[in-house]
Order: sequence, then structure tokens, then C-alpha cells
Amino acid sequence: MSNSNFTRRGLLKTSAVAGAGVALPTIFTASSAAAYTNEPTGGTVTLGFNVPQTGPYADEGADELRAYQLAVEHLNGEGDGGMLNTFSSKALQGNGILGKKVEYVTGDTQTKSDAARASAKSMIEKDGAVMITGGSSSGVAIAVQGLCQEAGVIFMAGLTHSNDTTGKDKKANGFRHFFNAYMSGAALAPVLAARYGSDRKAYHLTADYTWGWTQEASIKAATEALGWETVNAVKTPLSATDFSSYITPVLQTDADVLVLNHYGGNMVNSLTNAVQFGLREKQVNGRNFEIVVPLFSRLMARGAGENIKGILGSTNWHWSLTDAGSAAFVKSFGTKYGFPPSQAAHTVYCQTLLYADACERAGTHNPCGVGEALEGFEFDGLGNGKTIYRADDHQCFKDVLVVKGKDNPTSEFDLLEVVEITPAEQVTYDPNHPMFAGGNLGQCNAG
Amino acid sequence: MLGLDKKDMKFLLIVTFLTLATPILLQPFPEGSGLAQFNAGYPDLMQRFAIFGIFAIGFNILFGLTGYLSFGHAAFLGVGSYSAVWMFKLLSMNVLPGLVLAVIMSGLFALVIGYVSLRRSGIYFSILTLAFAQMSYNLAYSVLTPITNGETGLQVTLNDPRILGQQVSASGNVPGTHFFGIEMGAAQKIAIGSWEFTFSAGYYFCAIIAIIAFYLSLRIFRSPFGLMLRAIKSNQQRLNYTGLNARPYTLAAFVISGMYAGLAGGLLASMDPLAGAERMQWTASGEVVLMTILGGVGTMMGPVLGAGVIKYMENIFSKINDQVLHQWFGWLPDSLESIVIWAAEHFVGSGWHMTSGVLFMIVVIFLPGGLVEGGQRIKSYFKNRRGGDSDDPEHHPKQAPHVAE
Repeated sequence: MSNSNFTRRGLLKTSAVAGAGVALPTIFTASSAAAYTNEPTGGTVTLGFNVPQTGPYADEGADELRAYQLAVEHLNGEGDGGMLNTFSSKALQGNGILGKKVEYVTGDTQTKSDAARASAKSMIEKDGAVMITGGSSSGVAIAVQGLCQEAGVIFMAGLTHSNDTTGKDKKANGFRHFFNAYMSGAALAPVLAARYGSDRKAYHLTADYTWGWTQEASIKAATEALGWETVNAVKTPLSATDFSSYITPVLQTDADVLVLNHYGGNMVNSLTNAVQFGLREKQVNGRNFEIVVPLFSRLMARGAGENIKGILGSTNWHWSLTDAGSAAFVKSFGTKYGFPPSQAAHTVYCQTLLYADACERAGTHNPCGVGEALEGFEFDGLGNGKTIYRADDHQCFKDVLVVKGKDNPTSEFDLLEVVEITPAEQVTYDPNHPMFAGGNLGQCNAG
Repeated sequence: MLGLDKKDMKFLLIVTFLTLATPILLQPFPEGSGLAQFNAGYPDLMQRFAIFGIFAIGFNILFGLTGYLSFGHAAFLGVGSYSAVWMFKLLSMNVLPGLVLAVIMSGLFALVIGYVSLRRSGIYFSILTLAFAQMSYNLAYSVLTPITNGETGLQVTLNDPRILGQQVSASGNVPGTHFFGIEMGAAQKIAIGSWEFTFSAGYYFCAIIAIIAFYLSLRIFRSPFGLMLRAIKSNQQRLNYTGLNARPYTLAAFVISGMYAGLAGGLLASMDPLAGAERMQWTASGEVVLMTILGGVGTMMGPVLGAGVIKYMENIFSKINDQVLHQWFGWLPDSLESIVIWAAEHFVGSGWHMTSGVLFMIVVIFLPGGLVEGGQRIKSYFKNRRGGDSDDPEHHPKQAPHVAE
């Protein structure tokens, strides 16, 4: 079977072939002539919408995609213009971005870093996307943000709530409009103390990944500062669907508050389990046992149904807000799709507008120019009141909503009510805050 | 030449040619045409073809030759990726140390896992490997976070030491991966008429390694060692009765195929310096099984074909959204259009799994030998039509396909 006949001649031939093969790639190292990655040269500009279409966050992904399509319509001057009319910056004309018609490509992140990066890469390499946006998980957002930094395009983060996105993993080409775990903690803690008293004992269940950890650390720090005590903090796997075994130990402690640092399907299941175990009716030391969900969304509230009533949490935006921007957005979204948008839809719509506006003001699609235009940019009229994109970490600072599951919902969308609007100053932190330290924006990369 | 007979040499040359010409072959439609959607000649996807080709070739050494179905090969892929990224963080962005460590580490892992798992065969072996892979996945996902960075995935950062190489590039960013100065990210676009071909350094690096991996596997298939592995597949008991101990051979095959997986993982990280825990999940292990079966178990070309088909669907079909469908079916009357789009939507975009599932079923039911068997049937059909004195169709048992097909 084996016939090893290595001859001198054969060896020489082989090495010559191999040598030529190794030398081959060197002729391809010349860089291309464009000034920056995917400089749009025709009459159109391509944006990449990278959202989870399958997996645990598929609902959020679908809603994000709807908002992106709406934003593209508005940028191209179709539809009723939505928040373009209320946005404080008037640079956008409704004729695309810098006169180029906006086109888009979509991809499926599958809520996996690998798949998300592959999808983003194909958008950059194949479709010539000049900006990537999306993500419904912090892990994915951080991974794609890193890729965009390397490839030299702008990344406008979607639904990502972990401190790390604009903390230790921040990047010069990445920008986040959504709020973060620290802000949730800072906004929620005073409300919790006012309603439940300042001598509570909390038990945490935490989704075992980046977001969960930063969420737990943030809410722990904020509540402990107000006098609460943390009895225990247990990490649960992200893939868990039954939390009974994590709820039972809670009953055996003297804890009187359960904090669910869960999101999406995780939270729906853990909350349902907690209610089934009778935690809501439980009395500890003569006081009602309470459940807190630091990050809320309407989609989750719908999943949890009855169980959500009266439970406190925080959110980035809610469609029942009555300011002009929110009203305009809810109206055009509702007209097109027949139901109100979620907070995920809102944040990605804003991100798309903010990107387009920054291009107009900078007069270029060059990521470095766009980045400069976004840094320190103050704006209003996008539904969150006065907002600033901080230059130090590319994080937006704006008011945070503390919400409660509505006791008497009037429709299947009317599930949350706003308890308090926490002003931006109260949730602002120093860029070198220990929870955000260790990162480095680096230099903007134009490819 | 190279210790191969004439037929194998011809086969290797064809494979080499196809691999090197991939950037042209995968770009058959002109830019801007409606079919450009189906072009696959962009660096990231071509790199994946080559890398998962290596992964599947390695898997086939175990599954195709010995018949041991491992459901945990993704663990080695992940180990390779993590090792490579750690080298990028600690030593330099040169891919060579990363790849070397990736192969060594995955080999060690395979030795340990194989030593335990190979005490059983058949379904028990599959379950054991699956258990080990899921264990590695869960460790990487949460317990070993200081090493793996958990769910976020291990990335290179500006603060990494990189003692032998550049810590920060001239432009103030993390430097790109390179092979002695050849940037993996470098690419040259050449436009010919309305066609545009992208020649990427990263792809050619992967392609050359893939060809070497293919050659090595061809040699293993032809060697006495390969023959022994096939003997294990056909009847291990009889082999035992002849006084031969099969385990060293299966263990060797397991380790070799684990090292192939590690190499693939290291290459993945070299092309895109990130290692995520999902790479080790059971779905990733299942994927390589699908690739191998789809292409044709035990054939040389089959697994590579299967890898190509699955990666193509994952990356191209998943990007066809309803906007694209509207462009395609815009000429239909409105009512009909919405019906067609509604039906088509389930097979493209997020429904691409459906398409691959249907394809997989068709192949398994009608072409048990995989896509390679399909190719052979077409070939023999034409041969028969030409009236050549081909094989007797009633001849049983069927002649085993030549491994080089």
C-alpha cells in the first residue's frame, strides 16, 4: 500500500512547488485604493443589520429588524418621517445619507459570537456595508464591536446592557445608545428603598454570562449602599429553562427580596417558577416577599403574563411615553406594523438615525469622521429627553425609566407602567468607575 | 511523486487546482446582477470552506476509516481556537506559534478524551465523546472564564503583552494576524469586465494548509495504518481474534483527527482572532457529522464537499431576506407574489436550516453514499449511455468506491 520513494529529484520538485505556493500570497498584499473600508462610490450606501433571527432572542431581533426597515424608509424620505421631525439635529434631509439612497442587508447572529462575526464579516466583505448595527446580547455586541474595529467600519450597538460594552471592551469604532447595568442599578435602588424599606435582605439569581455578572454587581452595589444586605448570589446557566432547583433554596433563607438578573426567556421562566413556588404570597418578618427584575422589556412582560403584575424593573424606553419624539415613533411604527414598538426597536431606530445624522454633519462616511461627529454630541427629540454621547466611552447618557408590571392592563401591549423617570445626572458615572475600568478605546480605524 | 500513485497524484493535482482557483470559481455571476447574491467568493466564506474542509477531512480519518462516530469533535476545534488566541495575546500576532500550540493542545486533549472514550464502542463511544465535549463547553462558558472569557469569547486587546511582537500597531489598534509579515487580512480585488475577484492572503494561507492536510490524509488512507483502521471498521472482533490489539490504532486515529480539528480551530482564530465557547457546543460537533455524511463518509472528497455545501447555505441562504424575495418575484401578480414569498420565506433567511434539513434528508434517503455517490451515479450514467463495457449493474456486492473519489 505504501510506496515511499523519496528521491532527490522528487524532493527538489516538491520544495520548488511548495516555495512557489508560500510566495504566492505576497503578491496580494498591496492595499486597495479606497480611502477607507467600503467607501460608497455609487448612488447608494449599504448598512448592515445584524440581528438574532433564531435562538432565545429572536423576538427582539424581529422587532429590531422592523425598526431598521422603518428607519431606512424615513431616511430615504418615504413614510411620515417619524422621529426625523422631532430630532433636534436637522442635518438629515430625507434624501438618504449624504444624498446616497440607503440600502441594507440583513444577517442572523443566532445569538452566538461566532455566527454573528461571520455574518458581519460577510456584510463587510461581500455586500460592502459601511456600518454594522444590531445585536441582542452583550456577548455578541462585544464580539461584533471588536470585529468592526479591526475591519474599519462603525458599529452602532443595539440591545446590549452589559457594562463591558462601553467599559472594559469599549472600542473607538463602537457606539451605544442603550443604557447599561450600572444605570439600571443606580435608577432602581432608590425606588426599591423607598417602596420596600432600606433594611431588606436580597437573594440574587444571575444569568451566568457577561451581562448577568455586571448586572448583579451593579444592583448589588447600588442596593447595599442603601442599607440592603445580600444573602446569596447564585449563577444559573443561560440555557436553563427550569429554575425550580434554584428557587427552593431561596425559601430556606431569611431573604425577603428575590432579584432576577435574567433576561428574555430566562426571566420568563424563572419568574414563573418563583410565582409557582408561592414567593409572592410569602411573608418574611411580617413583610411581603418581593421580586425585582432589573432589566425589563415589554416582550418579556408579555411572555410572563399575569406573573409580571406589580414587579419593579428598569427599561430604556417605553411606548407609553408622551413626548413628541416617542409619540411620532409609536405612530409611524404602529401605522406600518399594527402594534407598538419595543425598547429594542426604539434603540436601534435611534442608532440608525444618529449614524445617518453624524454622516451628514461630518460630510463623510469615513468612520473616523463619523466617530468625531458622534463624540460629545448632544441631542433631543428621540424619546429619551436630552441625551449626550459621551466622548470618553461612547456611551449615551439619558434618563432611565423605572417601570412596574401593570395591575390592570388594558391591552396585550399595555403591560408596563412608568413609576419614575430617573434623571440622567443620577445615573451618570465617572468613565474610570471600577465597574468600567480596564478598557481602552484605542484609535478610530478607517480600514 | 510524493509517494502517491498516478491516479492519486492526478486527484491531488485536481484538488490543488480547484482550491487555488476558488476565488474565481465561486464568483460566477457578474457584480450588480440579480444572481450576484449567490456569489460566494469573498474571503471570509472561502476561508471557512478551507478551514471546515480541514475539520471534516480530519473527522473522516476517524469516522470514515474506523467507523467510530465521535460527537465531540467541536471540543478540539475550540481548544485549538483558544490556544491560538492565547498565543496572539502572549507571544505575537504571527499565526505560526498559535497554530503549533493549537495542534499540540488539541492533540493532548484528544489523547485524554480518546483514552477514556475508546474503552467503549458504538453508541456508548458517541455518548462519551458528546459528554466530554459538553463538559468542555460548559467549562469554557462559565467555570474557566478567566481563561476563556466566558460567553463573550476570548479577544485580543490593546493591553495584551505580546512579548515577541508588536503590542499596538502604528495606527493605534490591535495589529492584525500575519504569517511572517504577510497580513492575513490583506486582499487584492481584481475587476475583469463586470466580474470582481477577491484574492485574499488569508484564504491562500488556509488553502495551502488545507492542501497539505488533504495530502497527509490521502497518505494515511493509503498506508498500512489506514488499512488497519479499515479492518477495525469492518470487523473489530475478528481482528481481536487474530491477536491484534485495536485500541492503539483507534487511539492514534482519534488523536490525529483531534489534531486536524485543532488545526482548523487555530486557523479560524488566525483568520479572525476570537474564540467563543459556542465553537465547542454539541451543535458544532453535529455539524461536522452532517458535513461528512452529506458529502460521503469514507471518501476523500466527500467531507470537503459537505463542508462547502453547509457553510454555503449558512452564509448565503441566511442572507436572503424578504426585500430580496420581493425583487425576485416582483413580476408576479400581487396576490400570487405574497403567496410565493410566504412559502419561500420558510426556506431562506432565518429558515435556511429548513433548506439544509431537506437537502440532508434527500441525500440520506436517495444517496446514502453522499454527494460523492451522486457524482458517481451521474458519471456512470453517461458512461453507460456511451455504451462502454461498464460494470454489471446486477453485480453484488457493489464495488466499494475508490477512496479518491
